[in-house]
Amino acid sequence: MRSLDDMAHEAKDKKAAIGPDIDLDTYSLESAMHADVKNLKTIPEEDIERMTLTGLDVSEEGRAGTYLQKDATAVHSGSNIDGLEIIPIKKALAELDWVRDYYWKLASVDTDKYTARVRLDLQDGYVIRVLPGKKVTLPAQACLYLEKEGFNQNVHNLIIAEEGSELHIISGCASASHVTRGLHAGVSEFYVKKNAKLSFTMIHHWAEDVVVRPRSVAIVEKGGLFLSNYISMKPVKSIQMYPTIYLVGKGAVARSYSLLVGSPGSELDVGGRIYLQAKETRAEIISRAITNGGNIMSRGDIIGEVSGVRGHLECHGLILNGGIMQAIPELKGLVDGVELSHEAAVGKIAQDEILYLMSRGLTEEEATATIVRGFLSVDIPGLPAPLKAEIDQAVELSQKDVM
Amino acid sequence: MLLIEDLQVKIGNKKVLKRVNLEIRSGETHILFGPNGSGKTSLLMTIMGYPQYKVTGGKITFKGEDITYMTIDERARLGIGMSYQRPPSIQGLKTRRMVQICANNGVDVDSLAKEINFSDFLDRDINVGFSGGEIKRSELLQLMAQKPDFLLFDEPESGVDVENISLIGKTINRLLERDVHATRDKSKKQLTKERARMGLIITHTGFILDYLTADKGQVLYNGALACMGNPIEIFKQIKEVGYGECVRCVA
Repeated sequence: MRSLDDMAHEAKDKKAAIGPDIDLDTYSLESAMHADVKNLKTIPEEDIERMTLTGLDVSEEGRAGTYLQKDATAVHSGSNIDGLEIIPIKKALAELDWVRDYYWKLASVDTDKYTARVRLDLQDGYVIRVLPGKKVTLPAQACLYLEKEGFNQNVHNLIIAEEGSELHIISGCASASHVTRGLHAGVSEFYVKKNAKLSFTMIHHWAEDVVVRPRSVAIVEKGGLFLSNYISMKPVKSIQMYPTIYLVGKGAVARSYSLLVGSPGSELDVGGRIYLQAKETRAEIISRAITNGGNIMSRGDIIGEVSGVRGHLECHGLILNGGIMQAIPELKGLVDGVELSHEAAVGKIAQDEILYLMSRGLTEEEATATIVRGFLSVDIPGLPAPLKAEIDQAVELSQKDVM
Repeated sequence: MLLIEDLQVKIGNKKVLKRVNLEIRSGETHILFGPNGSGKTSLLMTIMGYPQYKVTGGKITFKGEDITYMTIDERARLGIGMSYQRPPSIQGLKTRRMVQICANNGVDVDSLAKEINFSDFLDRDINVGFSGGEIKRSELLQLMAQKPDFLLFDEPESGVDVENISLIGKTINRLLERDVHATRDKSKKQLTKERARMGLIITHTGFILDYLTADKGQVLYNGALACMGNPIEIFKQIKEVGYGECVRCVA
């Protein structure tokens, strides 16, 4: 049998199935080492500002724990709660045997050159695990920060919700304000075990010439719930991701929500794919995208493999100030008795809605902003209030760019 | 005060209003009758300022200002508000927020909603999946928050169930400040004289006449105002002999 490293070597020039191809050699792998950050409040103010935009709370009040990585270095990592483990993956691989049961068990190293790169040039990443039966109601936070110009950051994350546990994670990715160019490649593997509940909210805040290639795979066991939210509303050169979720146990549920804003020069190719592989599983993929000059490809794919499963897909796109919006919903039923549906719409803001609000006293600009905010305000059932507040804040901040 | 002089309006190439003249004095409420397609909604939408209703002649004056070519929001801020028959729904905009928008914030939405039996709808997206009657209550709630000086109602009774019809009638009555009661300082007559709120109400069923004493009735027929008089008398005529006869008899 070939080793994972062999497979990675063979795939190191393999283009991704979709999205613009990136020349990895034009990015640097040499990073300045960063010192440990004991107290998050000692981080320079301008960095805190950027990190805060992706949900990181440096006071750690109201957070169950924190992982912070700058470029290649895990600078802060720790849990404030018994039963919740937050460990840098390199340390975990060196010290904990059980990590090997999860590492590269869902994602394939030879998916494309980005997974191969993460395998061959792993810098760090986080392992977040909540122990059986432990319900952590405060969100755990993680931030992957790009500080060096032209750097290629390669991370690998493992998220494990043990049987009957509950965990909410807010994971931000941002670049420092002086960074214009960079490449972020990330592999994430999610394990939602029997009757566990995991929510994962990812907020991206990159720069105009940053390329982003996340590769995520999740598995949800019997009675488990996986809620995956993705928010990208800031300029970025190119994001391409198509995370996959396997519902393998009876009654498992997955919901995926994405809120996207495409600025001029940005190319967002974002999708979600869910396999319904066990009885009574349910899936929902909802995306709201606005382009004001960017190029957005909103994909979704639900595959029903067992009778009686249900799935719904919804891609709504608005074109505000030029740009291209493409919605590509796909459904596949492999047996009798699956119930899958989709709804896709691409359009502009309806004039009658603007006029209605103007007749209540708003100016045309205020009316447009109100409609845009409404369009991006999706009710996400099961999301704790602090995470909802983070999403609302991101939507609020995006207003200025969109208008 | 509202003064409409010789107003002509087109939608696209179609003339929808020809030479309309109308005066509503401060404190007055008028009822607008007319068969389907006679231009009633067009008249209200033109007063509100909807751009697809192109004014090709004439003039609209409100509070002494020429508003003929003002934008909708300018008119709203000047004190004109409308209850729509079929307003659009807006995804993600909570009814609660919409009511705050109407009031320009600083309003006790919950207690207002209670008055119009609409508390259960505040956290729903505005007009999304509302029934005809729910839309009417939502529209009234918005006007309660907006407090315009001149209120336009487009068939406020359509689709309202029997249970809520008197609530709608009484609320409109109150919005138009017609439910005055004598106080220690002022007589009913004096209060009525001081009233400034004005209204223009489209009705097909005449239900509103059971709840308020309107000052005048108008019949809009074929794009022109054809007769003016006591609204109860006009409504009686219409019921007995139909719009055509009604217009002929008065003209």
